[in-house]
Amino acid sequence: MIGLSVRYGDLQAVRDVSFTAEPGQVTAVLGPNGAGKTSTIEVCEGYRRAAAGTVRVLGLDPATHQRQLGERIGVMLQEGGVYPSARVLDTVRHYCALYGKGAVADDLVAQVGLTSRAKATWRRLSGGEQQRLSLALAMAARPEVAFLDEPTSGVDVNGRDTIRGIVRDLAREGCAVVLATHELDEAERLADRVVIFDGGQVIANGTLAELRKGHDEIRFRSDPHLDLPALAIAIGMVASQVGPDEYVIDAPPHPRLMAQLTAWLAEQGHPIADLRAGGQRLEDVFRRLTAKQGDAP
Amino acid sequence: MSRFLTQLRTELQLTLRNGEQLLLTLGIPVMLLVFFSLVDVLPTGTDDPVDFLAPGILALAVMSTSMVALGIATGFERSYHVLKRLGVTPLGRPRLVAAKIGAVAVVELVQFAVLVPVAFALGWSPSPANWALAVCAVVLGTTAFAGIGLTLAGRLRGEINLAAQNGLYLVLLLLGGMVIPFAKLPSGIRAVAHGLPSGALADVLRETLGGAGSQPTTSWIVLAVWAVVMPVVAAAVFRWD
Repeated sequence: MIGLSVRYGDLQAVRDVSFTAEPGQVTAVLGPNGAGKTSTIEVCEGYRRAAAGTVRVLGLDPATHQRQLGERIGVMLQEGGVYPSARVLDTVRHYCALYGKGAVADDLVAQVGLTSRAKATWRRLSGGEQQRLSLALAMAARPEVAFLDEPTSGVDVNGRDTIRGIVRDLAREGCAVVLATHELDEAERLADRVVIFDGGQVIANGTLAELRKGHDEIRFRSDPHLDLPALAIAIGMVASQVGPDEYVIDAPPHPRLMAQLTAWLAEQGHPIADLRAGGQRLEDVFRRLTAKQGDAP
Repeated sequence: MSRFLTQLRTELQLTLRNGEQLLLTLGIPVMLLVFFSLVDVLPTGTDDPVDFLAPGILALAVMSTSMVALGIATGFERSYHVLKRLGVTPLGRPRLVAAKIGAVAVVELVQFAVLVPVAFALGWSPSPANWALAVCAVVLGTTAFAGIGLTLAGRLRGEINLAAQNGLYLVLLLLGGMVIPFAKLPSGIRAVAHGLPSGALADVLRETLGGAGSQPTTSWIVLAVWAVVMPVVAAAVFRWD
């Protein structure tokens, strides 16, 4: 998409957004609630009209080729989308028949781990089970592009693993997966590329490595009141306290520096925990980028 | 199986599974027809109450299915994002709407297949009976009521829509000449009642199935106007999400 804008009356929800999602990759569209992720995806699905810009999905304009596109894309809504009184297996059969791609309903239900709930109605499913059913409906399309909106929202740990596995499989089979989420951890685990939204605009777009480039760090936990000036003298670098017992040194994880740090902590009798060295966490990348945006005039 | 038939089958399955809808579309019309035909308490003005009641109850059945049942179901489907989800499948919106119309038609056929024999069993003998014109009236009535039901469903939240549809159902039932003759209504209300789609459909059916309409020409015009205007209004104001 190039220069996409979406408006709701006077409110500009999305402003001049451009990015590409490649086949065989998971592209995470990240941002806080209300950042414009869902609006952007809805334009791609043909559900919402763009105020400006050019959007192509599989070479088609979603606004004018929604039906042709509907044959080739899988959609998972942020919530709902299923008849409350419909049973799990009946619903998946219904969607398999609508898409007519030869997907087998029983297999899809098994794949998302709902075989034991096959006769339960939607309204009797837990939030996580509803999300897994919704994912099964997206898979019934055997999609070339899958739009998954907050797929792990409200899902328990085991359910998340199931969903992550399916998302990776979809990408491995050549599907372009577009994953909208506000959960940075989810994106970090799954995404090949990340598009970060803030205030309806894209503020960063690239692979995780690209976004982290030049922002290596060493992060660790220890006693709450370390003598940071003494530590700086010992290792030749400044450490910052970023939490009650959490510290960050903005530096590449050179073995000598790591050795100096751990030796100093040992000499001073301080513990060390959660030592992590290398690229910034996506959460920190996000904070850095959104802070920059906020500082801009 | 074509996508239209797939969707139609699902619509009918969900209707069958919904006890409240079955009560509304079949249970209440049958109960009203049987009870008030056997217990002569309504001021029908006919020798046999079933001669007045049967066309009115057929009109009620049409209203129950095409306005209330369709409107409530569609309203909740909209609230639960079902319409949005189906809209981005290969089914598409036109076939989704067609499947809903098909489901309404099938349910009405079942209603008539039950209600007409019950009415005959209760002694109804419509004469003269122009069934072809009655079918035309039912088609117009269905179109008008579906337009009203979808207008409400397309604008109101699920729960508010439910209350509005049920409230409107009661008003149209009581003022629409279905079980209470127009002549028994206060004069001010009578004029309004003749302009209602329920009143027009009941009157037209009473004319085509027994020649007992009170002002059939006006009622045909009123019914046709509702049937043209309300679907246009529904299409204009309906929000899919």
